[in-house]
Amino acid sequence: MKDKIFKSLLFFAAALILILTAGIVYSLVIRSTDAFARFGFWQFVTSPEWDPRPESEHYGALSFIVGTLMTSVLALFFCIPFSFPVALFTGEYFKGKKVASLVGSVVNLLAGIPSIVYGLWGFYTLRPIIISLGLNEQGFGVLTASLVLAIMIIPYASSLTSEFLSMVPNDLKEGAYSLGATRLEVISRVSFPAAASGILASYILALGRALGETMAVTMLIGNTNNIPSSLIDTGNTMASVIANQFGEASGLKLSSLIAIGLLLFLITAVINSIAKLAMKRIKS
Amino acid sequence: MKIFLYFLVATLLLTACGNRQSKDSERKEITGAGATFPMPYYNIIFKDFGEKSGNKVTYGGIGSGGGIRSLMDKTVDFGASDAYLSDEELTAAPAKIVHIPTCMGAVVLAYNLPGVTDLKLTGSVISGIYLGTITKWNDAAIKALNPDLALPDKSVTPVYRSDGSGTTFVFSDYMTKVSPEWAEKMGTGKALKWPVGIAAKGNPGVAGIVQQTEGSVGYVGSEYGFALSIPVARLQNASGNFVDPNTESISAAANIELPADMRTMVTNSPEAGAYPISCFTWILVYQNQAYGKRTEDDSKALISLLDYVLSPEAQRVAANVHYSPLPEVALKNARVLVESIKYQK
Repeated sequence: MKDKIFKSLLFFAAALILILTAGIVYSLVIRSTDAFARFGFWQFVTSPEWDPRPESEHYGALSFIVGTLMTSVLALFFCIPFSFPVALFTGEYFKGKKVASLVGSVVNLLAGIPSIVYGLWGFYTLRPIIISLGLNEQGFGVLTASLVLAIMIIPYASSLTSEFLSMVPNDLKEGAYSLGATRLEVISRVSFPAAASGILASYILALGRALGETMAVTMLIGNTNNIPSSLIDTGNTMASVIANQFGEASGLKLSSLIAIGLLLFLITAVINSIAKLAMKRIKS
Repeated sequence: MKIFLYFLVATLLLTACGNRQSKDSERKEITGAGATFPMPYYNIIFKDFGEKSGNKVTYGGIGSGGGIRSLMDKTVDFGASDAYLSDEELTAAPAKIVHIPTCMGAVVLAYNLPGVTDLKLTGSVISGIYLGTITKWNDAAIKALNPDLALPDKSVTPVYRSDGSGTTFVFSDYMTKVSPEWAEKMGTGKALKWPVGIAAKGNPGVAGIVQQTEGSVGYVGSEYGFALSIPVARLQNASGNFVDPNTESISAAANIELPADMRTMVTNSPEAGAYPISCFTWILVYQNQAYGKRTEDDSKALISLLDYVLSPEAQRVAANVHYSPLPEVALKNARVLVESIKYQK
């Protein structure tokens, strides 16, 4: 009896998640059809125009898609030199040692900081530095947002990478050592190739995290509805345009914002399935 | 075990549907939702009203658009909005709606220029800044207005709202009236297409950027600008005077002939001492209160709330919390509108 209840509870919980996800997709699709019907799917995706004035109303998602991809990929790029060494430190050099778990948990602590705090830090600390470096006049833009995003995704990238590095069989490494390989050679020739697809997967997951980040980016990117012309130019991301404009939106604008939400959902889903595929490869 | 589960489900269902119906006849609950702009003011006077009358007023600051939607859906007793309904919106409404002005506010231009206070601006200069034709603070057009100021050779960073907002609407309404170039390129609306500058969400966002960024200028709600006491520009009004935004100059903007239904923008007011970007904020109610499950007592409670809002006591509170009281002309029209509310089956 107890077993049956437990089983049905589990079944219920699992089904609920599926239903929820399906419900989210359903409502995104239903409520975005207006925008897609009006502008056409490709037209909507490839138009950089965002004009909310009723007489010339036109919505296109391209500037936000570009802004999102620019900030996320740049953040990924910036986070590698920090997250990879941390992963090597905790997953390879000091694997299983106290100091490794200390560093690991401090880095993981970064994941627990609310994103608004990162946003405020970026606004009050990083932005004046960008201004004083003379990079741009007001300190907002893709670069500022990416730098903060990079710090935010370090824990996601490093903890998974470290996990995969520590999964590399000791026999392999010992074999290499016994052949006279140095530590660096072991890492670059044995550990790294063996864990490569897992490491790739963890960075893709970190990228997925960066794609959806809203608050900190909104505070730092400048929220201008244009395709950023350079790294120091201002722009907007998909998540932040939704956060900014959802409250007072109605009609076609609301539908367009939901359409952007659907696109973001699709992009994140594609990126997550790429990561899944990569992880599958490591297992086989 | 099974019984326990059933019990759990039953409790959940019960808590979900109960509660709401426990109303006693004397204490009425009045609910409203809408504009965030007058919310601090409403919170105070609604609380005062609650203490005096024994009725309870709950107000949700969900934005003007949301307030109007809620009123149309009849889920609230009153909606609140910073923009009045257009004729089309009024005809689309399920019944006749009246607009009761409650207090006044303004849009101020906050700026950050170290060492510069008492900056004077005109509509055409503001238009130039936001359209990107004026890019430096020592531009000849700004210098001509402020011959005594030492204006730096610094870039101007205009800051605007990234979210749809009544503040943007009022600001662009004024700009459309005074600048032909603006009228042609930007127009009036809650959200516009901006060629230059940076955007931030809400008055706090814009004010925060202006406070933290040298060379920036941004439009914010007066209640916000006053509360933070950031430097704000003096603007040239329709009579040619440069006017500081303050309680008196904002109220003065409505000291003109007003339409009986009070659906009007008082931007660019002809009054000599008026601050040019002033505006009303309204409470919207159905003129005939006999709809849905409403009783005559519900209607009376709502009318007594509106009477209180227009009373000298509540209007005095407005000035204390950085809003501006309605001038006598506006109060007179508003009282007539409140008297027109009836309960007719």
